[in-house]
Amino acid sequence: MTEDLNWAIGGEAGDGIDSTGKIFAQALSRAGRHVFTSKDFASRIRGGYTAYKIRTSTDRVQSVVDRLDILVALTQRTIDENLDELHEGSAVIYDGERSWDAEIPDEITAVDVPLKTLAEEAGGAIMLNVVALGAACEITGFDVEYLDESLEKRFGGKGSKIVENNREAARKGRDYVRENYDFDLGYELDTTDNDYVLLNGDEAIGMGALAAGCRFYAGYPITPATNVMEYLTGRIEQYGGHVVQAEDELSAINMALGGARAGARSMTATSGPGIDLMTETFGLVATSETPLVIVDVMRSGPSTGMPTKQEQGDLNMTLYGGHGEIPRFVVAPTTIDECFWKTVEAFNYAEKYQTPVYVVADLALAVTEQTFSPETFDMDAVEIDRGTLVDDDSIGEWLDEQGRFRAHAATEDGISPRAIPGTTDGAHMSTGLEHDELGRRTEDTEVRVEQVDKRNRKVETAKAEEDWDYREFGDEDAENLVISWGSNEGALVEALEYLEDEGIDVRILSVPYIFPRPDLTDDVEAAEDVIVVECNATGQFADVIEHDTLTRVKRVNKYTGVRFKADELADAISTKLSEEVPAQ
Amino acid sequence: MSSEVRFTDFKSDKQPTWCPGCGDFGTMNGMMKALANTGNDPDNTFLVAGIGCSGKIGTYMHSYALHGVHGRALPVATGVKMARPDIEVMAAGGDGDGYSIGAGHFVHAVRRNVDMTYVVMDNRIYGLTKGQASPTSRSDFETSTTPEGPQQPPVNPLALALAAGATFIAQSFASDALRHAEIIEEAIEHDGFGFVNVFSPCVTFNDVDTYDYFRDTLVDLEEEGHDRHDLEAAKEVILDADKEYQGVMYQNENSVPYHEQHGVTENMADIPDGAPENAMDLVREFY
Ligand SMILES: Cc1ncc(C[n+]2csc(CCOP(=O)(O)OP(=O)(O)O)c2C)c(N)n1
Ligand code: SF4
Repeated sequence: MTEDLNWAIGGEAGDGIDSTGKIFAQALSRAGRHVFTSKDFASRIRGGYTAYKIRTSTDRVQSVVDRLDILVALTQRTIDENLDELHEGSAVIYDGERSWDAEIPDEITAVDVPLKTLAEEAGGAIMLNVVALGAACEITGFDVEYLDESLEKRFGGKGSKIVENNREAARKGRDYVRENYDFDLGYELDTTDNDYVLLNGDEAIGMGALAAGCRFYAGYPITPATNVMEYLTGRIEQYGGHVVQAEDELSAINMALGGARAGARSMTATSGPGIDLMTETFGLVATSETPLVIVDVMRSGPSTGMPTKQEQGDLNMTLYGGHGEIPRFVVAPTTIDECFWKTVEAFNYAEKYQTPVYVVADLALAVTEQTFSPETFDMDAVEIDRGTLVDDDSIGEWLDEQGRFRAHAATEDGISPRAIPGTTDGAHMSTGLEHDELGRRTEDTEVRVEQVDKRNRKVETAKAEEDWDYREFGDEDAENLVISWGSNEGALVEALEYLEDEGIDVRILSVPYIFPRPDLTDDVEAAEDVIVVECNATGQFADVIEHDTLTRVKRVNKYTGVRFKADELADAISTKLSEEVPAQ
Repeated sequence: MSSEVRFTDFKSDKQPTWCPGCGDFGTMNGMMKALANTGNDPDNTFLVAGIGCSGKIGTYMHSYALHGVHGRALPVATGVKMARPDIEVMAAGGDGDGYSIGAGHFVHAVRRNVDMTYVVMDNRIYGLTKGQASPTSRSDFETSTTPEGPQQPPVNPLALALAAGATFIAQSFASDALRHAEIIEEAIEHDGFGFVNVFSPCVTFNDVDTYDYFRDTLVDLEEEGHDRHDLEAAKEVILDADKEYQGVMYQNENSVPYHEQHGVTENMADIPDGAPENAMDLVREFY
């Protein structure tokens, strides 16, 4: 882990914290270093503490830790908020000419750089963050030239003069530290020849949708799902698609439903409060057997909760939400690259089984960025399965004696043919009312049972046909089993090392499928101790595991609004393991 | 197929369960005639219906259709049109469906000017839930939930549409078969959101806004020499509290439908077998 460097910039919202962090993160990834970023932000646009943290290494990094090496502090609060993460080898870069007297603990190297003055010399005070980046480069032995490309990327649109000024600002920061300080904290940011891409979960979801042939997206802005919409806007058009910003979530899901019934691969994305509003139509989507992908990027609830904070509290909502009984699929990516692949899968499930599919991601996945080699997103590996779509020629076998299309034919596998508008003889009615094979309303008891069974049979078929797998880490023979879903995987995998140091062996299962899901009965029974790790207060996934396996499990829950850190998780697991097993 | 289409091709083999004499029969007949007259056929038509007695229309007509949840027909129809600019899209429902629970969507569908026809069967009552006040009920109209009348002025849907920037506003009467079909036909042919409020009497629960009432009071704008392209003249008839009109109140000659404004022209149902060509460019953006 000596390769690691933990860097952060913090200040007030509106200080350009995000874009500065992104510039540095991109520069690091262009230099062939792995990057993992996390954001600490408040739900306001101006004012309020905000920070952008980067963990970088030549090895793969996939979690945050409790350590900060270089901190760019634009406010005292930035220092105060991070005090416990600073250590003797840390450096704090700040601007002593600004009105505040920075209070920095003695053992920490204070690097006072006249950020604003140097920025003004380079062409404008607004570039003071970039001066700080230059200073950070000098302290860490990272060549300022690596910033050039990301500065071009960020400011290229504003003209070459602006780009030049920013490059100059970075160099002024570097030179100032070079000329005025003489310390060596021992940091050396090695570079490699690797080319990495840097993206977050929302972007990966959007990219997955485009790769999967999504053509229509309707949504209503909500943190932390808005980035999916912003990503698709301006890109989906290149593929002949369109994004509509609807008037609310009720409209968004209904528009997406319309697009899907008309034959387009369609999607909507929202967060908890929006899922609440969409729930009535969710039932309609399932009953009318419309293929639709609904993304829920979870934030802290209930109600408007903590919009910018992490939680995994919507599992029950997506699994059970809606009146009556609703067949559905729920997939939950565990990593940013899975956000891409599970979205592609979701479109295939939706069309193959003609059901709504929830893609449940959490805020930690949505807003953190991570580096990947481009081949991780190998587009040639994208497969598209449109299911039983009939055309003018194949529709014949699905017409009854009177030539009417049996849109909800009660087939053995529960999957009926699908005709989209324009298909000759395919005209039919779809409805949320209970209906017969032709889609016509009915209250006939036999038909009712036949159709309910038919819809549920699709799930049985899917359970048998698809691979509802999990990923496994650690020691496969360990007595201690840790089960996780969503974004905790990265921190868990890194926690393995800490646990190893303590002499604790664990086997980790990271499960990306909530429904259908893998049967973990054998795994649970084979283990001495089972712990389910999740970011919610009650242990929603733990409940599901107990229900499936008829075995009590231990729970590690975090619901502060902050994601798990690797070292913290290792502690929590080792403490839990020493506790007694709950009564059966 | 279109040359041989007759209006009965748009009829399903389900017998309507509407009360005998319900205005919705006439409304539906006019819609079927208008669809046939404008050269559409069931396999290229999509009808989205609301919830209510009126919403049952999707069951009695034959076309691609969706009978959705209460108040949300317009967003569904919008999605259909976006995905398939090649398809004729119609939405239909009641006054409660459109102007109460769905009022927000109404305003926004109007201002988007999506190319579809929206037919509201306005009976000034909630029919399916057995006779409660609707947003278009008169302020003194006594019902089970408003024993003294709603005591608030009715919504004026035409004014609502006008304020939202509608490009086609019309009103018709279900029992004036010829005029009703003509007006719907014009709405279908309009490039943009064709809105028609149809007086469609409920013979079971509304004994005020009856066939006789409309027959006696309705003024036909065509006969009045009304200029539908004149916004001021349109405002006058739409805001006229003393008279009920039928005909096209307003039509914007320069209407450009949403999909044309936004360059949405493709049949979005057609997608490649795998990721689209040059999909790796999507990844490289993140370098
Ligand atoms: C969310 C929801 N709330 C309430 C209802 C009950 N409901 C069904 S139809 C209706 C009103 C219908 O009135 P209108 O749109 O005027 O149609 P009509 O029956 O008069 O044709 C109501 C309130 C429902 N189906 N869904
Ligand atoms: S209750 Fe009224 S609106 Fe409903 S079918 Fe009967 S007459 Fe028509």
